[in-house]
Amino acid sequence: MSEDHHDHKPTGIGRWLFSTNHKDIGTMYLWFSFIMLFIGGGMAMIIRAELYQPGMQLVEPDFFNQMTTLHGLIMVFGVIMPAFVGFANWLVPMMIGAPDMALPRMNNMSFWILPFAFGTLISTLFMEGSAPNFGWTFYAPLSTTYGPASTDYFIFGVHLMGISSIMGSINVIVTILNMRAPGMTLMKMPIFVWTWLITAFLLIAVMPVLAGVVTMMLTDRNFGTSFFEASGGGDPVMFQHVFWFFGHPEVYIMILPSFGIISQIIPTFARKKLFGYSSMVYATASIAILSFIVWAHHMYTVGMPLAGELFFMLATMLIAVPTGVKVFNWTATMWKGSLTFETPMLFSVAFIILFTIGGFSGLMMSITPIDFQYHDTYFIVAHFHYVLVTGALFAIFAGAYYWLPKWTGNMYDETLGKVHFWISLVSVNVLFFPMHFLGLAGMPRRIPDYALQFTDFNQMASIGAFVFGGIQLLFLFIVIKCIRGGEKATDRVWEGAEGLEFEQLPSPAPFHSFTDAPQVK
Amino acid sequence: MSTNDGYYIPEPSKWPIIASLTLFVTVFGAVNTIHGTSIGMPILMIGLISVLAMMYGWFSTVVAESPSYNGQVDVSFRMGMMWFILSEVMFFAAFFGALFYARVLVMPWLGGAGNNAMTHEVLWPAFEAVWPVLANPDNAKFVAPKEAMGAWGLPAINTLLLLTSSVTLTIAHHALRKGERSKLNLWMIVTLVLGVSFLVLQVMEYVHAYGEMGLTLASGIYGSTFFMLTGFHGFHVTIGGIMIAVMLVRCLKGHFTADNHFAFEAAAWYWHFVDVVWLGLFIFVYIL
Repeated sequence: MSEDHHDHKPTGIGRWLFSTNHKDIGTMYLWFSFIMLFIGGGMAMIIRAELYQPGMQLVEPDFFNQMTTLHGLIMVFGVIMPAFVGFANWLVPMMIGAPDMALPRMNNMSFWILPFAFGTLISTLFMEGSAPNFGWTFYAPLSTTYGPASTDYFIFGVHLMGISSIMGSINVIVTILNMRAPGMTLMKMPIFVWTWLITAFLLIAVMPVLAGVVTMMLTDRNFGTSFFEASGGGDPVMFQHVFWFFGHPEVYIMILPSFGIISQIIPTFARKKLFGYSSMVYATASIAILSFIVWAHHMYTVGMPLAGELFFMLATMLIAVPTGVKVFNWTATMWKGSLTFETPMLFSVAFIILFTIGGFSGLMMSITPIDFQYHDTYFIVAHFHYVLVTGALFAIFAGAYYWLPKWTGNMYDETLGKVHFWISLVSVNVLFFPMHFLGLAGMPRRIPDYALQFTDFNQMASIGAFVFGGIQLLFLFIVIKCIRGGEKATDRVWEGAEGLEFEQLPSPAPFHSFTDAPQVK
Repeated sequence: MSTNDGYYIPEPSKWPIIASLTLFVTVFGAVNTIHGTSIGMPILMIGLISVLAMMYGWFSTVVAESPSYNGQVDVSFRMGMMWFILSEVMFFAAFFGALFYARVLVMPWLGGAGNNAMTHEVLWPAFEAVWPVLANPDNAKFVAPKEAMGAWGLPAINTLLLLTSSVTLTIAHHALRKGERSKLNLWMIVTLVLGVSFLVLQVMEYVHAYGEMGLTLASGIYGSTFFMLTGFHGFHVTIGGIMIAVMLVRCLKGHFTADNHFAFEAAAWYWHFVDVVWLGLFIFVYIL
């Protein structure tokens, strides 16, 4: 049955609209995420331009709030998550020796919901009143009592994204559990597959909770319920609990696949096996389990009972242990390796260092009494941009450079890749490092104006932002150039590359990866 | 894990993108209905009808293709359904979480417990922390119900109906496995009747709540949690009921064999799931 499909590509627009192919769907996810990166990035540019000087220059405060809100929502749900789903689509079947995803039609549906969901979200900018302006965390009562009319579009947009994510993760989980080649036991799976298995579990567990909390918002706004309304016996703080019960696993959903990507790349360019494979698996699982019991560290200052503050502080600190295991393992993999520094490796090494900086600032904030100082300042903005930009986004860059030759059959331009890396590395630190100082000095986040003494660091950050934003156009150019041609990639692509996708498939990989299951020893 | 029997890859299909489009039309109609625009309700109706038509078309395609599926596809479907039910469990967990948080923490805090003495004193000194809440903190804004919903009238009968329907469904399943088709059809009809009776009683309960008890969505946290939990459960029973009805029609048409009837089992799992959720509701919303 499968022979008929081998490299028999559907043609025309129908190939994309009606696709049941994991590579085509993966490609659509990746391009969708890329487009969203420039939209969300453009919003960040507006934010940084306004913050270049104290006082109000370019935009109205309300529009500034809409920018911070949509920038956050687009980057989280429209860039990082779809990019990782794109990687999962491309790589999981190739890595486990399967022909395709387990449920290819549902796969296509989960992609095609996204353009509708984000079309809905972005269209709120053009609606009467205002777009959502309450921050990406949409705390009640800002989003309920005081939210603009467009909030209802936002709510249904989130519902659509949730449906998409749940279907996507069911597909990943079933593919991994049911489609592995003979001999590919769980503990032989590449770490990227392991991290996505655990990520998919987290998604299935928490996206419905997000759907629940926005549904409560919807009924509070329109049908008179009082979940988040103290005068009716509810509590706005309850919103934060339910939201962060989703939100904290969500931040690990955005970082675990990057751990997987980095764990694939480091061994290749160190020409050594990954140090501590099984401890990597257990560390990933531990991080996932802990992510369910730490949510209230986002809300130390709302007035929880002391026992709650202590519990969430200690549980949060525990996460440093498995994360430390990972950083140690990556470093130990490189130790005495035969290292070379092609672009994917450069981004991976930068990931380890910069993600660790983000991890350490997280550890600082986990300490309840100290967090009272940091809460809602630029310190937290610095923290989560270190983990999400120099963490998740750098891992996406690393993974793109690493697998592009396998996907397209062509090598990317190594010189341009290195230029992209070095300019990104310098500018991203100029952009985010000063925010630590701003936060410690007390500059609040999500404010379009600031006191005079914060000017210097803000100008540094803005200059870094413009360079970092601009250089991503070079990345777009590199990707297009690589797709259109270039030096032919070998099947193995990288000297030290291991895994089924490099050892058993040609470059570019065939339309349906494996028509016969490979034997894994 | 895979075997070497060959893989099944479905043909490209128009249904996924149609599904995305119909979902979008539905939510667009829903927002417009909520906002009271004149086009809202028609668009919502078009959306809902097209969702149903899409599901009919998509599932028909799958039913027609199903003889060519192999064992691996069957396992994928089974796993997919199980993980889907887990996601549904987590959806209800959010609302149960809200109920527990409101009862265990918010109530005493509004009543002045912990370090909230001044909140109580300054904002709503008359409020007393009791559940069910028959006097809201601000009774002018949120009119509290006259009485709480009892457990031992309709809800107890409903519990019996739903539990019995799970049993009858299992009898039908065993009949299917033994190839006793007339017994299968009979017990499927009984299951469907029990499910529909549940929904009818639930509607009667809502009419009573709104009409005589003053218990509404807008009557404070008690009404909010009561209606959102039982309402979403009722919605899921409706979906499950539609599934059971479709399975009944397929049984009558002679679909399914003794050892190949995934759709039937998926519907049955879903039915047992709504049953278990009801038990949680009966205990935590009605009895306690």
